[in-house]
Amino acid sequence: MALLRISSPHTHRALGTGAVMRTVVLATLPGLAVLTYFFGVGSLHNVLLASITAMGFEAAVMKLRGRPVWFYLRDCSALVTGVLLGLALPPYCPWWLVVLGSGVAIVLAKQLYGGMGFNPFNPAMVAYVVLLISFPLHMSQWAAPLDIGGQTPGVVQALQQIWLGTSIDGYTAATPLDTVKQNSGLMLNDLYLQDPVLSAGQFVGAGWEWANLAFLVGGAYLLYRRIFTWHAPVAMLASLSIMAFLFYDGGSSTSGGSVLFHLFSGATMLGAFFIVTDPVSSAVSTRGRLIYGAAIGVLIYVIRIWGNYPDGIAFAVLLMNFAAPFIDYYTLPRTYGHKKSERATRKVDQ
Amino acid sequence: MLETIAQHPIAAALIALIGLALLFGALLGFAAVRFKVEGDPIVEQIDNLLPQTQCGQCGYPGCRPYAQAIANGDSINKCPPGGQTTINELADLLDVEAPTLDEEHGEEADVATVAVIREDECIGCTKCIQACPMDAILGAAKQMHTVIADECTGCDLCVEPCPVDCIDMIPLATSIKEWRWELPAASHEQADNLIATDQGRGSEQNSGEAA
Amino acid sequence: MELIKVWDIPGGVHPPENKTQSLLEPLGPLAIAPQLILPVSQHIGAPAKPIVEVGDQVLGGQVIAEADGVFSANVHAPTSGRIAAIVEHTVPHPSGMTDLCIILDTDGKDDWTPLSPWEDYAERNKDDLLARIRESGIAGLGGAGFPAAVKLNPRANHPIDTLIINGTECEPYITADDVLMRERAQEVIAGTQILAQLLNQPERVVIGVEDNKPEAIAALRKAAEGSAIQVVSFPTKYPSGGEKQLIQILTGREVPAGQIPAAIGVVCQNVGTTAAIYRAVRFGEPLVKRITTVVGEALQTQRNIEVLFGTPVNFVLEQHGYQHKKASRLVMGGPMMGFSLPDLSVPVVKTTNCLLAPSKKELPPPEPAMACIRCGMCAEACPVELLPQQLFWYAQAEDLEKLETHNLFDCIECGACSYVCPSHIPLVQYYRAAKGEIRQHRIDKEKSDRSRRRFEFRQDRIAKEEAEKEAKRLARKKAAEEAKKKLAEQKANTPAEPKPAAVSTQDTDKQRAKLERLLASAHERLKKAEQPLAEEATDEQAEKQAASIKQAQLKVSDAQKKLDAFIASQGENNRQASSTEANDPVAAAIERAKAKQTMSPEEKLRNSVESLQKRLQKAEQKVIEAKDNKPDMVEALQQGVDKLKDKLSAAQNELAELTPAAAAPATPANATPDVAQAAIERAKAKLAMSPEEKLRSSLESLYKRLEKAEQKAAGAKQEDSDKAEALQQGVERLKEKIASTQKELAEATLSTVAEETPQDPATSDAASLAIEKAKAKAAAMATMSASDKLRNQVDSLQARLEKAQARLEKAEQENDDNIDAFRTGVSKLEEKLATARDQLAELT
Repeated sequence: MALLRISSPHTHRALGTGAVMRTVVLATLPGLAVLTYFFGVGSLHNVLLASITAMGFEAAVMKLRGRPVWFYLRDCSALVTGVLLGLALPPYCPWWLVVLGSGVAIVLAKQLYGGMGFNPFNPAMVAYVVLLISFPLHMSQWAAPLDIGGQTPGVVQALQQIWLGTSIDGYTAATPLDTVKQNSGLMLNDLYLQDPVLSAGQFVGAGWEWANLAFLVGGAYLLYRRIFTWHAPVAMLASLSIMAFLFYDGGSSTSGGSVLFHLFSGATMLGAFFIVTDPVSSAVSTRGRLIYGAAIGVLIYVIRIWGNYPDGIAFAVLLMNFAAPFIDYYTLPRTYGHKKSERATRKVDQ
Repeated sequence: MLETIAQHPIAAALIALIGLALLFGALLGFAAVRFKVEGDPIVEQIDNLLPQTQCGQCGYPGCRPYAQAIANGDSINKCPPGGQTTINELADLLDVEAPTLDEEHGEEADVATVAVIREDECIGCTKCIQACPMDAILGAAKQMHTVIADECTGCDLCVEPCPVDCIDMIPLATSIKEWRWELPAASHEQADNLIATDQGRGSEQNSGEAA
Repeated sequence: MELIKVWDIPGGVHPPENKTQSLLEPLGPLAIAPQLILPVSQHIGAPAKPIVEVGDQVLGGQVIAEADGVFSANVHAPTSGRIAAIVEHTVPHPSGMTDLCIILDTDGKDDWTPLSPWEDYAERNKDDLLARIRESGIAGLGGAGFPAAVKLNPRANHPIDTLIINGTECEPYITADDVLMRERAQEVIAGTQILAQLLNQPERVVIGVEDNKPEAIAALRKAAEGSAIQVVSFPTKYPSGGEKQLIQILTGREVPAGQIPAAIGVVCQNVGTTAAIYRAVRFGEPLVKRITTVVGEALQTQRNIEVLFGTPVNFVLEQHGYQHKKASRLVMGGPMMGFSLPDLSVPVVKTTNCLLAPSKKELPPPEPAMACIRCGMCAEACPVELLPQQLFWYAQAEDLEKLETHNLFDCIECGACSYVCPSHIPLVQYYRAAKGEIRQHRIDKEKSDRSRRRFEFRQDRIAKEEAEKEAKRLARKKAAEEAKKKLAEQKANTPAEPKPAAVSTQDTDKQRAKLERLLASAHERLKKAEQPLAEEATDEQAEKQAASIKQAQLKVSDAQKKLDAFIASQGENNRQASSTEANDPVAAAIERAKAKQTMSPEEKLRNSVESLQKRLQKAEQKVIEAKDNKPDMVEALQQGVDKLKDKLSAAQNELAELTPAAAAPATPANATPDVAQAAIERAKAKLAMSPEEKLRSSLESLYKRLEKAEQKAAGAKQEDSDKAEALQQGVERLKEKIASTQKELAEATLSTVAEETPQDPATSDAASLAIEKAKAKAAAMATMSASDKLRNQVDSLQARLEKAQARLEKAEQENDDNIDAFRTGVSKLEEKLATARDQLAELT
């Protein structure tokens, strides 16, 4: 037997890319469970459908590119993209919206750029934004939470709605972010009393606060497993909190909502722990990730309060994806034995 | 004067524009002189990238003349000793698309070579000494010649003039000191190797079916 | 005594330690292998030079290869036996290539040379201690193999305040240092004290040990009681044992990039090295064995052994029940930084701290790499805070410039990034390859720059030769014209017309301009040669630079001399031709003054002596002329002459003081200024020429003379003249002279070559050898008669023809494609041979 000749190191940590991705999927389960509890099977269906189609698209592209299909499917990156997209889409949206979304995410946003590791933008967020701009009506209808609608739609109803387009009466309700955005002339306290969704919850509205809390738990688990570093999500949540605090004037009609409101509404926690932490499209250095996360937090608040859309996570993340190489350029860490970090601009021969 | 200008807005505009043009022109001119960046002339920079074998395979008598020619617009793919690396660097410097090596001027050698004189056969004609652009050959008339291997660039200009064909181009051997790691195979190639067995099986099946 | 604060290093990983299995059994000795393979290069730096011959009987502890310079280490025979061979053999190196090794057949007696123990080593002075360490061939046993004596002799501008003894041993599996510290703590402490003594008792003397070795720490603390040595333990983390990392942990200081620890006042040595230094100093034992961990699931016995250097790995493994089928690979060193061995015949060397024979389950073959997802785990793990993912990216793209700006060369290749990479990318290999590529690039660049300079130098030389030829041609033309003119003058018998004079001045103007241009270009080149010296300051380059500067200076002085001579002769001519033309001499004077300004005092003096002599000559001439024509001016002129003579003697004395050797023949030359001048000229020329050049030029002139003499002799023979014999004798004598000059030249070149490239003794030796050989051969050729030469040629042609025919036959047998080429070659050779034979027949 010829002895194996390879470069050191000869030992490796057991954690592989596939395992990382599977852990991420696992960490979304609490959030998915809460969503399913409060809004019915819509989200669960979305996630399943998006995952299966995303894997299918990935396999198809790999086949077309003449690459070993199974080897690349095993890294589970397509699965993660599908799950995240499914979680982000409104429950009970038509099936073709989901399929189109996963197609855009895998083919357009990922494989056309060269596949895993080469995509400059977060694929799930690209798909989300494409759908949001192309089909604003479908994308803005969110189901009403359990506590106010009395009952969530049954499975048969849901499938009919999704696959046949038979609409369920009165299953939708404005999301808390929508409500606050559309608010005209009411003090926040009055708004909370008046709006059915807001009044049903503790501080954000029925279902939403619990879903965000569940994603926070999942994120904490990932942090505990050291799947990613704390820098980007913490920076994002911190900057969002600061923005909310600075512009919260005690609850006037033009107020943007309290700090807690922003932290636990919309997709804040999902974004912080599952979208912002996507390593491929974010900044690389520790300092870079702090800046990257903080900028996303600020952008989220800006879009939520002064923008056209009720939630701004997808836009904020995509905008900062653009800026990531720029951030990297200026945040090279200081290497051992060097006085200060040297920028990539430095010429070698000087 | 002012009145006439006020009465003719077009004239006013013209004067203003001309004035601005002059002002900015002067400013730019001043800046160009004051903040002039002393850079290597382009020929110098090109010459720095060329491998300095002075072999003349490009059709010019040495590297510098070729650098001059490139600066004057000749193509950058005529240097076989430099190979694709040099072409890429030149393309980078001149901000053009990197072409592949022009095979007319020779092929890129895989291994560096050095001239070695078979000393028994040397008759001491000094022809190779005259041909060597590096002064890397030692010897005098009717004396045996020898190559200083360290200075030889492997241009093989000395091979042709030798009347007794006693000069060989010997590939430089890599010793343990010069050895270096090679880049690992690209990841997808490794993956392909991983399933090479599957592919092999597949092709066997195919051939089986064909048979 | 201040207590050491323990700092943290960034990054790091915690691979499974796997240190228990090799500690179950006690440290054991190993039998002497029947054959030891001792590479001459077991350390960083120049390989040692073998000083034994094949067949020599050697004793244990005898030096068999001597250190070649400071950055090198002696190699000793680990036991007694016979030198079986000195050959290329596979050595433990990641390349799996061969290197020069001394093969020792052991005789099992283990006879040793008598050692000289120093009981009083504490009283010995530093130089003795350092010499002893150096002689013992001690190189760093931690892994890099840096000659220990070099580190212990820091430069004067690097005051050392901290001595760190590295007992970290952070690599998994390895326990060699652990065992050493447990069992020989006394030796480690005693060695540490020697090192502290060598470094003038630095403020802090620290032994750093990771906290996973409590027994070792306890043993060291016990041994160190009452001394100033602190034994510090710190949390286990890979790679705390890296020299730079350990320094950071124990001092909080960072070694600046591209510098050595001594630059921040730290010297760091491994515990194994420290113990070896103690044994060398105290008992005179050279470094011939070490403790090595033999571990891995493919072995039946896992333990630490004390093994002689040169013991083949397969011998070691056999003793430990190695099961080849079970092994996934064989690693020398630890699993993080060790390298896999290509085969089992390689020997254990000074840096071998571990032999790891893991099973396939233990260290499975690497998984295929997946795409980088830029997860940043590598950046988190990196102990020097690089961005491994970016480096990987640029290494893949071979963007060397970006790699350097991202500090690739600060990578310590610890492997932490590869260890954590979830995509199993062999990052370290990328970095190693990229580093190699960049180094190669630098070497290539340097070589191409040197080539450019050589080429430009050659161009200039050719141009200069052309210019000289042109000048000579012009001079001849001028002489001819002058002669014509004189003829015309004689014929016409009329006073000199101004017109031809003007023409001639025009001519000479041109010539002077040319010479001046030559001088200017020489100056230019000198400037160019001097310029890069300031920027690049490595010794080697500086030396080369200095050589080229010298050459350029030579040229300048050459050109200057020529120009001076020309101007002088011109001035003379002018004076003779027409005394009214004051223009040229003035210009010449200006030139001379200018030249003086740029001259060294010595040269200046010499020049002034020369000019004084010239003036004296002229004055004397004038005196003689005046005696004939104008008797009233004689006295005044004579006074001037005397004054000049005084000045001249004063100047000459000064010169003599400045250059006693060169001017020795010139001092008493007052009465005979011509002789003195000639001597000075010669001395100057000698000074300017290197001995080699001198020899070469004399050789060349000898050749010319020989050629002429031979021709003459041949002519005489044909004419049957009685001179023939005398001429023949002359030829013989000349040949003798040539032979002796050639020998001298060979010696001279040998020495100059050696001087020029001290960095590369091997190549320079080879070159000088080649030159010598060539010279010898050439000498033989030169002394041969024409017929002998022809005969030789015929012989060599015949040999070549035979070879070619053999090749042709072979080609015919194998139906080679090149058969036609071979055939034509053979026929050509045959033709050549025939003509040579004909010539030979004619001659004899």
